[in-house]
Amino acid sequence: MRTVFSILIDAIAYGMVLFIISIGLSIMMGLMRVVNLAHGAFAMIGGYLASYAIRDLHVNYGIAILMAVIGTIIVSVPFEVLLYRRIYRKSDPLIQVLMTIGITFFIIGVVNFIFGPSLKSIPLPATLSGPLDIGFRSLPTHRLFVIACGIVTALALWLLIEKTEFGIKLRASVDHSGMADALGIRTEIIYAVTFALAIGLGAFGGVVGAEILPVEPFYALRYMVTFLVVVSVGGAGSILGALSASLLLGLADTTGKYLAPEFGEFFFYLTVICIVFLFPHGLFGRSHA
Amino acid sequence: MNRSAKSILSLAILGLMTGTASADVIKVGIIGTMSGPYALFGKNFKMGIDAWVAEHGNKVGSHEVEFIYKDEEGPNPAKSKALAQEFIVKDKVQYLAGVYFTPNAMAIAPLLEESKTPLIVMNAATSSIVEKSPYIVRTSFTMWQNTVPAAKIAFKNGSKKVAIAVSDYGPGVDAEAAFKKTFEADGGAVVEAIRIPLATTDFSPIMQRIKDSGADTIFTFLPSGPPTLGFVKAYIDNGLKVGGVKLMSTGDVVTEPDLPNIGDSGIGILSTYHYAVSHDSPENKAFLATIKKGGGNLDDVTMTSVAAYDGARLIYKMIEATGGQRDPAKAVDAVKDMKWVSPRGPVSIDPATRHIRQNVYLRSVEKVDGKLINKESQTFADQPDWALSTK
Repeated sequence: MRTVFSILIDAIAYGMVLFIISIGLSIMMGLMRVVNLAHGAFAMIGGYLASYAIRDLHVNYGIAILMAVIGTIIVSVPFEVLLYRRIYRKSDPLIQVLMTIGITFFIIGVVNFIFGPSLKSIPLPATLSGPLDIGFRSLPTHRLFVIACGIVTALALWLLIEKTEFGIKLRASVDHSGMADALGIRTEIIYAVTFALAIGLGAFGGVVGAEILPVEPFYALRYMVTFLVVVSVGGAGSILGALSASLLLGLADTTGKYLAPEFGEFFFYLTVICIVFLFPHGLFGRSHA
Repeated sequence: MNRSAKSILSLAILGLMTGTASADVIKVGIIGTMSGPYALFGKNFKMGIDAWVAEHGNKVGSHEVEFIYKDEEGPNPAKSKALAQEFIVKDKVQYLAGVYFTPNAMAIAPLLEESKTPLIVMNAATSSIVEKSPYIVRTSFTMWQNTVPAAKIAFKNGSKKVAIAVSDYGPGVDAEAAFKKTFEADGGAVVEAIRIPLATTDFSPIMQRIKDSGADTIFTFLPSGPPTLGFVKAYIDNGLKVGGVKLMSTGDVVTEPDLPNIGDSGIGILSTYHYAVSHDSPENKAFLATIKKGGGNLDDVTMTSVAAYDGARLIYKMIEATGGQRDPAKAVDAVKDMKWVSPRGPVSIDPATRHIRQNVYLRSVEKVDGKLINKESQTFADQPDWALSTK
């Protein structure tokens, strides 16, 4: 029984990290129909900015997260205005893939040049580091923080998209941009804001997830497959989908690692294959004609 | 084409060929990870060689030595083989050197005898590499060499039950076998042996498994880079360190450039390795001073720079012994039995294995003058590669 609880706790913590990083990509793919392979690159920029802010500017962890998110959004503005804006919704996927993978390599090169090829840590404040005794075992305190961040993010996004006026406009623009335009909704602005939101979430995930997915120049490529898998299993654009996919995959991966580490990623991908076989559009995805 | 034109042409070709051969520049081809996640180690090859050239000049007798670099990127045997062929055929190098990854070294080995090119391995650490060609000499280390002392220390320090956790590839399997054999021969028990997939990023479940196994010590090897940091953090954050479970590793897990990222919580972690940047000797001080003078950053120095520095020494000796002619047998013979004092301590080339014999040091992570270092506390003198030699 203790083992089961242990696995569950680790699975939830790992799943939440996957969720926080992947949700931005899910929004991008589901709502803007852009296969943004550069998502990991923006998450990485967030991580580097936070690392720089804490280690060289000596700011507080919370402020560093804020600086990283805002900084990454600022960095992404030229990309949005010059490149992404042209491929929202309509372009064929090949152009999107080529363009975003190109951006990824560009960012990797620049980051490598500025920060060097070695790994950068994001030091945690004393309250979040070290082990925490939760009765039957001890757990990294930071994991609980990540779980909390995941829950807050999921709730906030749900409220934003389902309950606010911005959410209504966004859903209108997504479902029928021509009609939304005709009704006086500035779809261009809606898209730009959603892009910033997706990038900001990526940067946030890059920072709080850095304990599990450490920040280094090849972060952008190394973990991209994992993020894409979460989105395709959960269904693009669905918050609930991304959340359940992250937790399910976290569970499969953790259980596999705990009981049979020699199988490697086997259980992770087995779960992916089963789910995609049963739900070709992901758990909560809508089919796009 | 008539006959006389043909013979003129062949004469001209012959002239060109001998022209290149007698021009007195001896080229050395260095294959290293110059870009990508392992770029730091390729950069260290260059730092080490540059330091040697800065101290000893770029000439051996009347022969000028030129080092050329090519990028092996990652574990990619096909690419490394192509690079080596390019070096041999196009650049006409007389010596090959470098190589960070074992599979890459294995792919280059078959080319050496045919092309009469010696290879100085400056990192790749699987024991069997030197057996693949008589023209291979190694100046780095092997897993067995560094792991056997780790097992002895663990037993002497009172560890009874050990959990082994290694990366699931060649050197990891070597490390597991070396530790298990030595530790069990001394009378200890290995209660858990986990092989971790190379792509693992979340080590929490592995730590929990080790905890449940009741082990009092963990022995680990992972290739330096993102996984090592994750492993050490998981060890600390899952409460194993405060719970009194000891961590023992080879130095790959705590390379100096990674220490600031592990942070103060890493203080006390034990490792056995052949080189610490903090090694206290006049040779090491001079070596580091040369690197600094050449514009290198001392925070970037790792074990590969010292292996490259010593590798350059062997190449100079080989050129001297062969008078600049291509004669691999004579070149390799000249360095067998060579003894010298390296920045890492006294070393020698074992004539039987062509692998370097060296001191292995027990170190613990400590903070000295506000900087985290691997502080040496005990020396195992003159260690061979324990997989190939028995004494």
